[in-house]
Amino acid sequence: MPATSSERPRTLFDKIWDAHVVTRSGDACLLYVDKHILHEGSTPVAFSALRVSDRRVRHPETMMGVIDHTIPTRDRNLVPPSAQAKAMMEAFHRDTSEYGITIFDEADPRQGIVHVVGPEQGYSMPGSVIVCGDSHTSTNGAFGAFAFGIGTSEVEHVFATRTLWRHKPANMLVRVDGRLPDGVGAKDLALAVIGRVGVAGGTGHVIEFAGSTIWMLSMEARMTLCNMAIEAGARAGLIAPDEVTFEYLRGRPLAPAGLDWDLALAGWRTLPSDEGAAYDRVVEIDAYALRPMVTWGTTPQDSVALDGVVPDPVQEPDPARRSAMQRALEYMGLEAGMAVADIRVDHVFIGSCTNGRLEDLRAAASLIQGRHVADGVTAIVVPGSGLVKAHAEAEGLADIFREAGFEWRAPGCSLCLAMNGDVLQPGERCASTSNRNFEGRQGRDARTHLVSPATAAAAALTGRLAYPLADQDGAR
Amino acid sequence: MTPFTVLAGTAIPMAENNIDTDQLCPKQHLLRLEKTGFDRALFSDRRFDANGVERPDFILNRPPWRDGSILIAGDNFGCGSSREHAVWALVQWGIRSVIAPSFGDIFLQNSVNSGLLAIRLPKETVNALVHEAESEPGARWMIDLPAQGILPPRGERVPFEIDPTRKERLLLGLDEIALTLRHQREIDAFEARQRREAPWLWRATRF
Repeated sequence: MPATSSERPRTLFDKIWDAHVVTRSGDACLLYVDKHILHEGSTPVAFSALRVSDRRVRHPETMMGVIDHTIPTRDRNLVPPSAQAKAMMEAFHRDTSEYGITIFDEADPRQGIVHVVGPEQGYSMPGSVIVCGDSHTSTNGAFGAFAFGIGTSEVEHVFATRTLWRHKPANMLVRVDGRLPDGVGAKDLALAVIGRVGVAGGTGHVIEFAGSTIWMLSMEARMTLCNMAIEAGARAGLIAPDEVTFEYLRGRPLAPAGLDWDLALAGWRTLPSDEGAAYDRVVEIDAYALRPMVTWGTTPQDSVALDGVVPDPVQEPDPARRSAMQRALEYMGLEAGMAVADIRVDHVFIGSCTNGRLEDLRAAASLIQGRHVADGVTAIVVPGSGLVKAHAEAEGLADIFREAGFEWRAPGCSLCLAMNGDVLQPGERCASTSNRNFEGRQGRDARTHLVSPATAAAAALTGRLAYPLADQDGAR
Repeated sequence: MTPFTVLAGTAIPMAENNIDTDQLCPKQHLLRLEKTGFDRALFSDRRFDANGVERPDFILNRPPWRDGSILIAGDNFGCGSSREHAVWALVQWGIRSVIAPSFGDIFLQNSVNSGLLAIRLPKETVNALVHEAESEPGARWMIDLPAQGILPPRGERVPFEIDPTRKERLLLGLDEIALTLRHQREIDAFEARQRREAPWLWRATRF
């Protein structure tokens, strides 16, 4: 929707917010929701509640859904889902069919992770308000949208009213300038941002990413960055739409077409933050100083450069932080002061809504061509969607992975949250391109190191958290 | 939703930062299709060992805290996944209020929708309350939502702030959808205008 004129310079987020306020009650605004995308994991209770109260879904024809959280990623003809997962998928089929909502189910070639499929289909649009019962909905902010995760009660609320009550979050600007060094990608940038802001630093804020580094990022890289905004505690992350955004969207199945495209584009071009717009907090980052990053602990802020060492809690002045670090080291089975490059891994996971897109697979494949996964390492690639998978197979990436000894899987959330049967055993250690290294995230007592796809590839080849470009032990 | 008025009970001190919703309700419990049966899910990977046996050293397994109804925690409580199951697990286990210096945004939103009172207080105040809960185990605390105050067993009354709408919804156990649908006409008007000005947002997804 075209932004309205205003005397006060406004941020991108201010403009989207202002254009979606239906009414107010005290400080709270009733915010209109344009896009509601569903997955099977967070909807059954919402549909049941709707049924009990005899309410209808408002405009079901404009919603869409996918099956991603519980779906097996091994050969689906050979590996049936667990009974509980099967029941959950069946409930999703039944509910969405009853209420008239289009879904990409397990048989659909376009099925995939909700935050990969929405953008891929052109469902995510600049200037819109996008919600989903999943915290990584922030991914869609890469299009210049206000996109955020909600709980089941609010999924039900959006079903029934197409709105949500919200207090307006504050604006934070993360400005990144300069060229990213070789081997450093959007994931490393995201971990560096979280390291700077902290996992709670973004609470109550929406983060706008801007600066020359951001303009140079592809749409897929922007999605990786916005995906991780929630890990800094932010309500959402977003990036002003530009030609990169428009080129990505043009011609996608649900993107505006014909005259609508021109009208939409004219509106989208007014979205970027006005000169002089005020931010409540500004963080500046020099891209050229960044290194490939890895997490050593159990929150996404516990990160160091790959060529660094595991930090020593003794150096930490804050006692609460110190004891949290000690606990994290114990859980992770690491010693303070050891070189990160000496940490050995048992598993490598390439996939998820953070890093399961085509460019991610290309980045990993470019490092492994003609090489082989190290002995004792299980490495899997789980494409973010059926379309990503098909593209990767068509351009030969799947063969590169398979020949190198990776398992090439079917699309789904998989080992990012380990509720589909892909799960690590206690004590196993994984270099993972996903977004959370929380205790137990990939399996009870399993140990997760968050990394970029390039670093994950290097880890698979060397069996260690190796530098993705360094000439060491088989990695290029 | 059960209305929340005055809560009396034991306070559980758990001064860790970043207690995420994966810990509060591990993923294996997310496959339930009902909103019930989550009491065992709360902190289950920390409460129980791999064989499902209670770990006696975990605070929620130790008297008097195993009967607690107030949790006092560190910064960024409920961060991470949007799973509302984390709130259901807390409430169904018996915790009706969490006191912390800060909360994950989505958790905060979910808490009011499932009848849990999340109280945000300055870090020093929370630290003092943790200390009191540790030094007076099992003592009776009161949380008075109408008067917006915490009454620790010994110390002085601690006032807290809460958004008036959230307070009213907790007090009355109100269904938010019914309240929102009072604005049906404004929603209709918004939609009519948007359909005119941005019809592409209304494109049907069946294709």
